[in-house]
Order: sequence, then structure tokens, then C-alpha cells
Amino acid sequence: MGKPEPMPSRPTNTPERSPAQSGAKPLLEVSDLRVSYGAVTAIRGVSLSVAAGEVVALLGANGAGKSTMLRTISGLSRPRSGRISLGGEAIHRLPPARIVRLGIAHCPEGRRVFGSLSVAENLRLGAAARAERSGMAEDRERIYAMFPILRERMTQSAGTLSGGEQQMLALGRALMARPKVLLLDEPSLGLAPLLVQQIFRTLAELKAQGVTMLLVEQNINLALALADRAYVLRTGEVSLAGSAAELQADYEKVAAAYLGARP
Amino acid sequence: MNLGLYITQQVINAIALGSLYALVAIGLSMIFGILRMANFAHGDMMMVGGFGTLVLQATGIGFGWAAVGGIAIGALCGVIVERVAYRPVRGSPEVTLLLTSFAVTYILENLGILIFTSSAHNFPLPDWMDNAFQFSDGQITFTQINILTVVLTAVALAGLGWFVTRTDLGLGMRAAAEDMGAAHLVGLDVNRLIIVAFAIASGFAGLGGVLWAAQSGVVSYSMGFTPLLKAFVAAIIGGFGSIAGALLGGYLLGALEILIVAFLPAEVSPYRDAIVFALLIAFLLFRPNGLLKRAQEVKL
Repeated sequence: MGKPEPMPSRPTNTPERSPAQSGAKPLLEVSDLRVSYGAVTAIRGVSLSVAAGEVVALLGANGAGKSTMLRTISGLSRPRSGRISLGGEAIHRLPPARIVRLGIAHCPEGRRVFGSLSVAENLRLGAAARAERSGMAEDRERIYAMFPILRERMTQSAGTLSGGEQQMLALGRALMARPKVLLLDEPSLGLAPLLVQQIFRTLAELKAQGVTMLLVEQNINLALALADRAYVLRTGEVSLAGSAAELQADYEKVAAAYLGARP
Repeated sequence: MNLGLYITQQVINAIALGSLYALVAIGLSMIFGILRMANFAHGDMMMVGGFGTLVLQATGIGFGWAAVGGIAIGALCGVIVERVAYRPVRGSPEVTLLLTSFAVTYILENLGILIFTSSAHNFPLPDWMDNAFQFSDGQITFTQINILTVVLTAVALAGLGWFVTRTDLGLGMRAAAEDMGAAHLVGLDVNRLIIVAFAIASGFAGLGGVLWAAQSGVVSYSMGFTPLLKAFVAAIIGGFGSIAGALLGGYLLGALEILIVAFLPAEVSPYRDAIVFALLIAFLLFRPNGLLKRAQEVKL
């Protein structure tokens, strides 16, 4: 692994730990959000917040609305009602490109790298929305230092990479935007255990550097080990919320929240 | 007759015809790649380019500038059509998009008839373009237009190749063609990409129209129809949505048609189009993704 160089991230005044609990103003705030696809309501009045420097996990069974939440924050889905704000500014009516520009990068489920483009071109497009083009070469170098295999495969088309390498590229592409908040959708999905470990080690490094993250993850242990706080979603509603330590200590409560019993 | 020269001439003919098909097919494929829309109005940009050149030439600015202007008018027309007709129905089911593009075709062609009547107009060429190089006592002829077609297409393709591999916009266009959702997620301005794609595609069709008119000597409201159908065949053979595929398909189709006309018995020539469309059916049946486009693979 690379040395712990500072990652491309806009300077966020990172307080010590768990700023949400110390009452700091949240960087990303979702309040009473409702999202529906036609007649199906995917999210029913969810509120959550992520403070600067914080890692928040979003847990829940398939279909609980986790991905929809990330898609709505990114502007790919429109909320029926509610509000999403970044640093106090409402973003839930903005097109995706504006939201990226304001500082939210989304590393999507299934990686979604551009398979016909090279690794270097994928990273370049990650920075396409950036207002200031300076520092791009340095950011790319840091990502190559994080994932040396990407440097080796720089000119190869992304479609020829293994699943793990594609996940690294998707993460690198999102970081190239210098996000204030990084949205991660199932970064461990379909990867071999060793690669999952590597990805999560990298995420831990990013966290140490103060990168703010909202993480959707099926693997509860991994997610709670990384996160400061977590929300459990069930059929579009928050069924449990608390600090990661609390939830780790009480798995029965988490399991119950997955299955539906209210705490 | 010198067989070597004959073959050389036919190769040049094949490359020239293939260039025209490629110019039109690339635009079709670009637009399909990004919008998943078979743009039947694409051929009409050839007409717009042809008539635009004709009108500008009448003002006396010289053929070269008139052609540049005609191509620019074709590109502009494509951008306007996108804004006015296609953007409002973007994301609709394929049938809606298809019918919209038919409607645009009817409107543009009837505008063509209103302004220029339904009869074909002479497309005058300056003397420097009307040249032909003759060898072996006139048995072998290379026309200046053929050579110009090959050269201009090569220049246009080189420019496009640079654009889609070296610029953010060009890379973004390829990215959007591959995965529109992910293109949104990395913050690409998709509207801008689509406008640029229409400008390039329609400009290429405009250039194709000028060259087609120069080859045939006439412009008419329906001049884009046959090349459009051929371009569809070329784009599908190569892999609909792939720029490289459209290029390959265009040249393969040009080569095939010249092969049929030049090297098969004369009785076969009238069936040229039938053979081409039989090839299309064969591709649709046995290799619907075309030569270059891979089926999307999912890696775990």
C-alpha cells in the first residue's frame, strides 16, 4: 500500500472524532425525504446527516432503499418531498452534474467504470466536473500510489480489468473529483475476501485523512468497523440509528432492525 | 487493359464510396450510442449541406467557402433539430424517438420541396474539381472528386479520432455512449455532450452531402435517402453505437458494392442493393451486435 499521503479532498476542518455527537453542523443533511418510483415508494420520510470528516454507514436488507438514497443525493432520482442540503445549500433540485461540482462524488454499485476507456481516461473524466484543473496530475499520482496496479494498467481499457481493479478505479475516479462527501455503494460487492480487505484498508486510510463518507454496505461487520455512526433502513424507513460502537455491541438489535422489530 | 491499374482504380472507387458511407454512418452511430435513437432525419443533413453549398455558391464566394458554409449549416441544423424536436422527448420509449425522427424527416424534406421544388438541381463544380487523371489512353480514370473524397474523409476522421481520444468532451461522449448513468455521476454535462455530438454528426453528414452531390452532379430534397439506408447497414454491420464500427462498416460496404459492380458478371450488378440488404438481414440474424461491439460483459 502507498504511504499515507494526504488524499485529494477539499480541505475540511476536521474535528477530532464523531463531530455529529459534539453537535457540529452537518455537512450533508437529508430531512424527511420521500422518493417513489411510480406507485412504489422506495423511501418514506428518512432523515439523516453526515458531519465533515465523519463516516456514516447505511445498512439494511436488499430493497430497503439504500441505493435509492445515494441516487437521490446524487440527483439521479428526484425526491417527491423532503430536502437534501450540502453545507446548508439545498441540492435536491439540481442536476447531477451540478451536484458533483458542489462536492458530492458517487462511487456506484457495480462499479460502472467506462470499459472502453483506458484507466487513465477514466481517472481524467473523474475530474471533468472540477472547476479548478490544477493539481490533477498530483491527484492522479496519489491514486496510483494508493493502487499501484492501476498505474501498471494505466493504458489498458478498463473493461479488461478484474473486478477488484475496477472497484479501485471506480474509487479513484470518484476521488479525482476532490469530493467533500464520498458516496460509496457496496464497494465489497462480488469481490474476493482479500480484495475486500484491501479496499476497506484504503477506505480506512481515507477516513484517517479526513474524507467524509456515506457508505452503503451489505457486510455489516466491515461497515461498522469503518464507520463512526450507522443507520439501518428497512422498507424505506430508518429502523435503527446509533454510533457504530453501540451497534457493534448489540447485534441482536441490528438483526431485529433488519427484520422489522422496532427498538 | 492493364489489370493492375484496373484494380487500383476499383480500390480507389471502393475507398471513395466507403468514405461517403462512413461519414454518414459515424454520425448515425454516435447519436445512437448516446441517445439510443435511430435518427432517420440524419440523411436530411446531407440535403441541408448540399443545398446550403448550392445557395452560398450562387453568392459568388467560391466553391470551397460555400462548401464550408454548407457543412456548417448542416451542423447547425442538426443542433437545432436536437434542441427543438429531440430534447423534449429524450428518455421516451424507442418508438417515440423513432416516430419523432420520422416527423423531422418529413418536415425537413417538405421544407426542401417548398424552397427548392421537388426537382433535382444541378450542382456546379469549379474546373479544378472536375479534373480527371487518365492513364492507358483513357481506359483508367481517377476523378479529382474521388481523390478529394478520400482525402477530406481522412482529414475529418483524423480530427474526430483526436477529439474522442484527447479531449474531455470527446472522452465524455464515449463515456456517455457506454453508460449514461455513470456519465451523470462523474459530473459530465450531458446536454453539452449531446449538442456537440449532433453538431459533429450533422457536420459529417453535411460533408457527405456535399461530396455525394459532387459525385452525382445534383442536389435534391431526397438525396439523403439512399445513403442513409446504406449508412444504417454500415453502422449495424460494424456495431450500432460504435464509431470505429461505423467506420469499418462503411468501408466494408463500399468495398462490397464496388466488388459486385466491378468484378462480378454484369448481370449481378442490378442486384447490388439486394445483396447489401441481404447482408444486413444476415447480420441482424447472426451477429446483431455487429463486428466490433461486444455484448456487455459483467465482471465479478
